[in-house]
Amino acid sequence: MKVLYKILPWFFLVLFATEIVAVLLPKADGRFHTAEFGRLPVLLNGRIQPFDSVARNSLLQMRSTGDVPLEEVPSWQFWHHPQKLKSTEWLLEVFFNPSVADTRPIFLIHHPDLISELKLDNKGVEKSGLRYYSYNELAPVLPEIAEQGRKADETEDALRTTYQKQVMKLANALVLYQRLKSSIEPEGTHDFTSVMAHYQASLPAAKAAFRAQQAGEKVDATTLQQFANVAKQFEDMANFAYPLVVPPVNPADKDAWMNVGASVLASIPDAKIQPAVGYFARMATAYEQADVAEFNSAVAGYKTWLATDFARVAAKGRAEYYFNQIKVFLHATIIYLVAFLLACGALLTFGLAPKLSESMRRSSFYLIVLAFVVHTFGLVFRMALEGRPPVTNLYSSAIFIGWGACILGMALERVYKLGLGSAVAGLAGFVTLLIAHNLALGGDTMEMLRAVLDTNFWLATHVVCVTIGYASTFVAGTLGLAYILLGVFTPLLSRKVGDTSPKSKTRDLTLGKAMAKMVYAIVCFATLFSFVGTVLGGIWADQSWGRFWGWDPKENGALMIVIWNVLILHARWGGLVRERGLMNLAVFGNIVTSFSWFGVNMLGIGLHSYGFMDAAFRWLMAFDASQVLLIALGLLPQRLWMSFRTTGPSDRTPAPILATHT
Amino acid sequence: MGDRLYRVFTSLRLTVTLLALGLILVFWGTLAQVQLGLYKAQNDFFRSFFIYWSPGQSSLRIPIFPGGYLIGWLLLINLFSAHFRYYQPGRKKYGIIMIHLGVVLLLFGQLLTDVLSTESVMHLRNGEMKNYSEVSRRYELAVVDTTDPQVDKVVAIPESRLLRAGDISHAGMPFTIRVAAFYSNSSLTETAATDHVQVQTTAGTGSGIWWRSLPRETDMDKRDMPSGIVELITPQGSLGTYLVSAYLTQPQNLTYNNRTYELRLRLERLYKPFTVHLLEFKHDKYPGTDIPKNFSSRVRLQRPDTGEDREVLIYMNNPLRYAGETYYQASFDPDDQGTVLQVVHNPSWLTPYFSCVLVGVGLMTQFSSHLFNFAAKRKAT
Repeated sequence: MKVLYKILPWFFLVLFATEIVAVLLPKADGRFHTAEFGRLPVLLNGRIQPFDSVARNSLLQMRSTGDVPLEEVPSWQFWHHPQKLKSTEWLLEVFFNPSVADTRPIFLIHHPDLISELKLDNKGVEKSGLRYYSYNELAPVLPEIAEQGRKADETEDALRTTYQKQVMKLANALVLYQRLKSSIEPEGTHDFTSVMAHYQASLPAAKAAFRAQQAGEKVDATTLQQFANVAKQFEDMANFAYPLVVPPVNPADKDAWMNVGASVLASIPDAKIQPAVGYFARMATAYEQADVAEFNSAVAGYKTWLATDFARVAAKGRAEYYFNQIKVFLHATIIYLVAFLLACGALLTFGLAPKLSESMRRSSFYLIVLAFVVHTFGLVFRMALEGRPPVTNLYSSAIFIGWGACILGMALERVYKLGLGSAVAGLAGFVTLLIAHNLALGGDTMEMLRAVLDTNFWLATHVVCVTIGYASTFVAGTLGLAYILLGVFTPLLSRKVGDTSPKSKTRDLTLGKAMAKMVYAIVCFATLFSFVGTVLGGIWADQSWGRFWGWDPKENGALMIVIWNVLILHARWGGLVRERGLMNLAVFGNIVTSFSWFGVNMLGIGLHSYGFMDAAFRWLMAFDASQVLLIALGLLPQRLWMSFRTTGPSDRTPAPILATHT
Repeated sequence: MGDRLYRVFTSLRLTVTLLALGLILVFWGTLAQVQLGLYKAQNDFFRSFFIYWSPGQSSLRIPIFPGGYLIGWLLLINLFSAHFRYYQPGRKKYGIIMIHLGVVLLLFGQLLTDVLSTESVMHLRNGEMKNYSEVSRRYELAVVDTTDPQVDKVVAIPESRLLRAGDISHAGMPFTIRVAAFYSNSSLTETAATDHVQVQTTAGTGSGIWWRSLPRETDMDKRDMPSGIVELITPQGSLGTYLVSAYLTQPQNLTYNNRTYELRLRLERLYKPFTVHLLEFKHDKYPGTDIPKNFSSRVRLQRPDTGEDREVLIYMNNPLRYAGETYYQASFDPDDQGTVLQVVHNPSWLTPYFSCVLVGVGLMTQFSSHLFNFAAKRKAT
């Protein structure tokens, strides 16, 4: 038994570490080298990204998932992994085999009125109450969707109904899908290589005919007309294609990427088709004809061609592809959850089965450290990909808050080896990464920063400080709610946790008192960071538009956190609150922080309301209500608290600090 | 009684109460912005002593909640008196004193900013040169002596003076201006319209125009358009009555004693001893998108009295600080051919920087002393 307790922590650590290593190892490519294709770089939304990111973010916008399941398995059959089209595999179909892509269920509609309005009740596939439709199923009602979408678009943002928002989202998804279809070759093209060869061959004759016509000579109208028809197709592509896939003609001109259509038109004067277009044409033909060897050779050829002048860009594509595949944050989420459960087990069995408790506590702590390492790896990888400090948008703030909270939790665990710090770290890591996961469903999370935000200095100072302030306020609040739950429902708070030797100063230290010390320390920390962060924000505002403070909602949110932390400290110093009061105040800090983090963004609800934010608003309300309930629980008279029932009131101390001076 | 009051004002109970009220105020004021807009909510909630409530349509204003100024002042009084009451010399208190000093500095700095700072705007088209900025909400009646083609002599009469009516004279003007009527916000039409009356003037552009006064604008996005009728009186008699209005963009010319003058009601100008010349405005976007990457104005700064002449690049997060003023890239023309620079004169702009350092260092000393004590205690056990 004793050995088992010793082995358990290492067992957990090795188990999860092995899983992580397995995830990080490179994977073999398929028969078609789809992964190699997925790594190829393109320019979209102002940044270099691999085809895989284009595919993934497009799918997220259409279907709110990163890949396409080929069969629907009920959620409760979690052991049954459905066959899937991975994001890049799906994109290849869209590019080069659109007739098959048109049958894939990729358009999510979840508004019942919209479904019945479009008479789609009996079509599509259903999973967990969500319905997915293929392009072919929607094709008959395309005009109606476009019309409704246009109407919704004309409505003022604030007045749009959920129905209208759904219509707009669907209409946008359809446009995006059609743009993707004409990103590499004109829609409906067969054997793009021959088309391009033919085009290039006819170019001199067409140019000669054109010149002759300009000079007033008589020319064969059909030659010109045929050429004009082909050119028209490329012109449509130039206007409509989604990612810019052709690298700049002059490698030094980094931003001059083009789409295939524009590149082909630009090559008319000197009749030189860009090599990239040639490679893409070969890929298109080979994929269409299921010629695996030719496809792989075209991809490899393009990759080699890129290596001479576009090595950095290609490396960026590969790195981001790798990052997309390993899904580090997902794995960290799972480890955090397991660590949290183990830490809870350790806390609850503490006193009942001390050895088991210690073994679980240790396991939990090891896992927290592992999860933290994985989390840090992801965070740093993202920073390197973006070339930015950690927090640039709401998504990355969630990841960073979890990371900061995890550090604080680990620090607490090092000081008080109770499992409490690990529990906090595990819970914070799990919840924040879950929030981040949901925020990522909106699409690209590495979008470029608007002009005023384009400053690494202020992002690294102000934003980081404020976010650490959020994280620490949440940690204090989490400890507060742990205190209330443990106090009301278990006798644990009155357990002695200090050194029990008779001379020790911590002889009388109970879990409750220890937690009060933790909360106090964390609130101090939170005050420091939220104050400095808020003032730095004001200074940034002074630097960028000459106003230190403008009472803008986001500024006010930050100010509220500062005020609340300062209030807690003064209430504690004045002896206005003791242990339980401190905890209740700390829990209320969760509400204040959640308002600053998410709530103020929703005030604009009138202004920028998207489907997700509506859902997020409900979650925020639910969260705040739960915190209010916990505070109500915390206000119960002490005799109803299981922890204090037998030992009598223990929070007579500390005495007010300032009162002693009078 | 005095003793009790002293106890109340020095108590931490008051601090906590005020902080709680402050939290509610900030929260309420933030929510109110959705309805009232930023500007009005700011004035009603934060730059006021009380928040008022008017039941129904009545003109009654019942104070229902302390406003930002009241809470701020009470906190300051509380802070000073508490420090006075509890002050004890000793190294332990340095942190606390620094923190509170920093906070006081921050609050006073903001108060000074409210009182002392002026904001104006310099709008430049590509290639244009200016030696003044304009205050976007204040007007002035400019009488410009344009006789000398090299130098204009300007006498500017602020709107507040015009509103007081009566006669206005100035050494730089050979005539007296008598204000016959002045509306701080008005409507002008070229045809008879409801509530408008015909403008009665004897000179200038006034004939064939109808006007009426309007209530002042409260909307952040709109500005007042004042108009008035003035008479120019010389020792030899009247030169006639003129309509002056923010709607009239062209100056009205007149001659007197062989000198030519221009008369114009315009945005109040703040003249500088230097000129700013816009060489090029740039609006960069990320490739393949409409997402703005940067806005920048390359300007040439020339100051005749010092011979200074240099090029400066003003862009986002990088303003030009010069001669006690700061020039920020604020906006631009829709055709990308012109820039709008926000010009802020704020003598107390540095206070937040000092305050941030004071409070930051103070908090760190205070908390780290707690932490060291704690660590020492744990080690001792």
